[in-house]
Amino acid sequence: MSAVATRHRRATDDPTWAKVLVIGTVMAFLALVLILPLVAVFAEALRKGLDAALAAVSNPDALAAVKLTLITAAIAVPFNAVFGLCASWAIAKHDFWGKPFLITLIDLPFSVSPVVAGLIYVLVFGLQGWMGEWLLDNDLKIIFAVPGIVLATIFVTFPFVARELIPLMQEQGTSEEEAAVSMGASGLYTFWRVTAPNVRWGLLYGVLLCNARAMGEFGAVSVVSGHIRGLTNTMPLHVEILYNEYDFVGAFAVAALLCLLAVVTLLLKTALEVAQPDVRAGRGGH
Amino acid sequence: MWRARTLDDDQTMTADTAERRPPAKRPLFRRRSAIPGFGLTMGVTLSVLSLIVLIPLSAVVLKAAQQSPAEFWTVATSQRALAAYRLTFGAAFVAALVNGIFGVLTAWALVRYDFPGKTIVNALVDLPFALPTAVAGIALATLYSPNGWIGQFLTPLGIKAAYNPIGVTIALIFIGLPFVVRTIEPVLRDAAEDVEEAAASLGASRFDTIVRIVLPALAPAWLTGFALAFARGVGEYGSVIFIAGNMPYKSEIAPLLIIIQLEQFEYARAATIAVVMLAVSFTMLLVINAIQAWSRRFA
Amino acid sequence: MTISIRSVEKKFGRYPALNKVDLEIADGELLALLGPSGSGKTTLLRTIAGLEFPDEGQVLFDGEDVTYASAAARRVGFVFQQYALFKHMTVAKNIAFGLDVRKGQDKPSKAEIARRVEDLLKLVELEGLGQRYPSQLSGGQRQRVALSRALAVQPSVLLLDEPFGALDATVRKSLRRELRRVHDATGVTTIFVTHDQEEALELADRVAILNQGRIEQIGTPDQVHDQPASAFVCGFVGEANSFQGEVSSGRFSAGALALPASGVRDGAAMAYVRPHDFVLDDAGFEVRVDRAHVQGALTTVNATTLDGRRIEISASRAEAARFQGAVRVAARKAHVYAA
Repeated sequence: MSAVATRHRRATDDPTWAKVLVIGTVMAFLALVLILPLVAVFAEALRKGLDAALAAVSNPDALAAVKLTLITAAIAVPFNAVFGLCASWAIAKHDFWGKPFLITLIDLPFSVSPVVAGLIYVLVFGLQGWMGEWLLDNDLKIIFAVPGIVLATIFVTFPFVARELIPLMQEQGTSEEEAAVSMGASGLYTFWRVTAPNVRWGLLYGVLLCNARAMGEFGAVSVVSGHIRGLTNTMPLHVEILYNEYDFVGAFAVAALLCLLAVVTLLLKTALEVAQPDVRAGRGGH
Repeated sequence: MWRARTLDDDQTMTADTAERRPPAKRPLFRRRSAIPGFGLTMGVTLSVLSLIVLIPLSAVVLKAAQQSPAEFWTVATSQRALAAYRLTFGAAFVAALVNGIFGVLTAWALVRYDFPGKTIVNALVDLPFALPTAVAGIALATLYSPNGWIGQFLTPLGIKAAYNPIGVTIALIFIGLPFVVRTIEPVLRDAAEDVEEAAASLGASRFDTIVRIVLPALAPAWLTGFALAFARGVGEYGSVIFIAGNMPYKSEIAPLLIIIQLEQFEYARAATIAVVMLAVSFTMLLVINAIQAWSRRFA
Repeated sequence: MTISIRSVEKKFGRYPALNKVDLEIADGELLALLGPSGSGKTTLLRTIAGLEFPDEGQVLFDGEDVTYASAAARRVGFVFQQYALFKHMTVAKNIAFGLDVRKGQDKPSKAEIARRVEDLLKLVELEGLGQRYPSQLSGGQRQRVALSRALAVQPSVLLLDEPFGALDATVRKSLRRELRRVHDATGVTTIFVTHDQEEALELADRVAILNQGRIEQIGTPDQVHDQPASAFVCGFVGEANSFQGEVSSGRFSAGALALPASGVRDGAAMAYVRPHDFVLDDAGFEVRVDRAHVQGALTTVNATTLDGRRIEISASRAEAARFQGAVRVAARKAHVYAA
């Protein structure tokens, strides 16, 4: 007889037809906007068969692009992770004037267009830039070379780790660290033994997002790179070159690799969120 | 010679003797907190922030400032630039609006309903964050090109999706999708149920309750999500550049204009457009902060 | 409006929140649902409101079966513990809400609605605050807005779920009187849930004591206090000293304490004596006074019996001096229940 009760809609439940409509609409929208492009990438990559796709990702230029992407991420992500740890330690564990201001400044790269992000480094390090002469004299190349790419990537992924750690550390408070310090622990020891274990999942989360963006960055890197095939092309830039040459299978094959990266990122992210529901202490859009 | 202080010592400590002892010197840097490491971490934070972010950003402003105000104004408001702004801001606005509508529905479904595949949907919402923009760009360009999977259905209807503003809007819808959803989700999740029960007990239909009570409470979060999606769309390059068409005065987005000026070594002009875009970004930041402050008035 | 609750059962998972509850509520009465947390009182209130639906049983309003009618259809006024005010609306709009959402014929004119809002603001003494927002009001003021909002729709029954729980003591006391005053002014059947027995006894016409999903006793405040129907009620309502002992042939004994226990079966039993029912009596049993503490008009005496039981006695201020050292006391009234 309890089926009788469940048939009756509670005041805060929506009618079934509304639920079906909403879920249906949402799924259709997401399928159209998100799933379809994803499927299209793999479909186009395999248009001429698996062999052609594999060949496209294993030729020297493609491999060089993969290598550059990996190197860039391998430098940018740890750099920003260390920065994020420093910034969140300074902000969350201490009191000083101007905290919201500092946080806004750290968030700045998020609001800046990637093309502008590339432009600023051209203006500083380019041939006609502030340091252009000096670099030329010392035979150093930043723009149109790997260092420029790394710098631009660091800029666009700058806030990712900090944004995760700052609210997390703020929420966790300072009492544990104060207890450790009062018992004589040094700063480094306290950080390593007390703070780090508490924030490791937030750190992992931030690193995950930072990495995805670092490997996938296009606009900023496009401006500073010079598009020199085999030398200063990351994977996204390589995709662009192939696409503009109408080598669609090639372009989509490399793109498919990047898609796999994205899917793995999403899987790891979901796994983290399920295993550690508190990991997203600081909510709000990216 | 040291000896223990006795009662006599205290009694002989008059005001005179106390004054003759100099007061302890106030340390120059007051301890900010009991926790060490402030100096080091703050120093690293500020120097890295300056070197990587602030100083390079100022280069743009300074470069643009090398022109006279009149020159600046001419470049910033040239016909080509205005066309680019119209396209960029217009498409970003429409895309943010579309995402605003579907974002609310998506957040509602994720928070309020249970359905098969919910975890997948939840993970998928973040795809635009995880996927490289160039990949999205070529995928969308291919889908909506005249004989693409979707484009082939639109051509007979006379709709040209690729290589014109519609394509730009579609790309920006993809890019901005997570913003409204992820901003509304926590607000919806935390919303107390008793207000909805109160409305129901007062005789309101479910529809009235949602429209009059729940949605207005979501307004600040919605506006924030909208502003974030808009701001992101304005600066977007990678996902748009393939589907855009890139014809000056017609389907050229503002970031592309910057690149073209750069390629022609017109650094000052590039910087000018960049400054306009930075100004828009900062305005959006202020708008978002204002929305947050306004919403706190009612909390 | 009369309310009948017949054999209502409700489970949450395997947990029985309501266990065959029967209750008849008269038109215009002020009834308290009193009990500890988990006793089912809030579930019962929400079932009457239509915010929960029972698994078994019936709810009748004036004889009409409304068991599965939606909350919106029942015309009840519900006041929530956390007020549940609409934060983005002014006080006036909050109160008017139930009237604003009506459609067609049922909806009064704007002037009529405004008048009703004014009348209600006057009733709860919040005149002039109509244009304020809930965030600008104190807790007590918010609760009064919630009350007037519920009354605006002229409900057939007013339901309040621990309405004063979130307020501090002084505000609570004054709002209690408000509630009584409003009830007497409007004459609407009112049911409120509380775990504070002082509140229930002070306010209600009748009190229903709930424990583990069952109604243990319904009666006037005097009845539940002076003639508790079960050990639970006796212990929950008012203060009581409890004694574990044996009944044999209508007499209860626990150590030196002996009490009449007519009608109670032989065997293990619990006896309860209220502190003010212990009186000095030379024919009673001996206790040693540990402490006699004067508080206002009363003396609270902590004493220990010869076999080590601690008891609390409540006497008048004048008798304080007599409670010293070893005294003899007797229970002039006791409640004995089979264990």
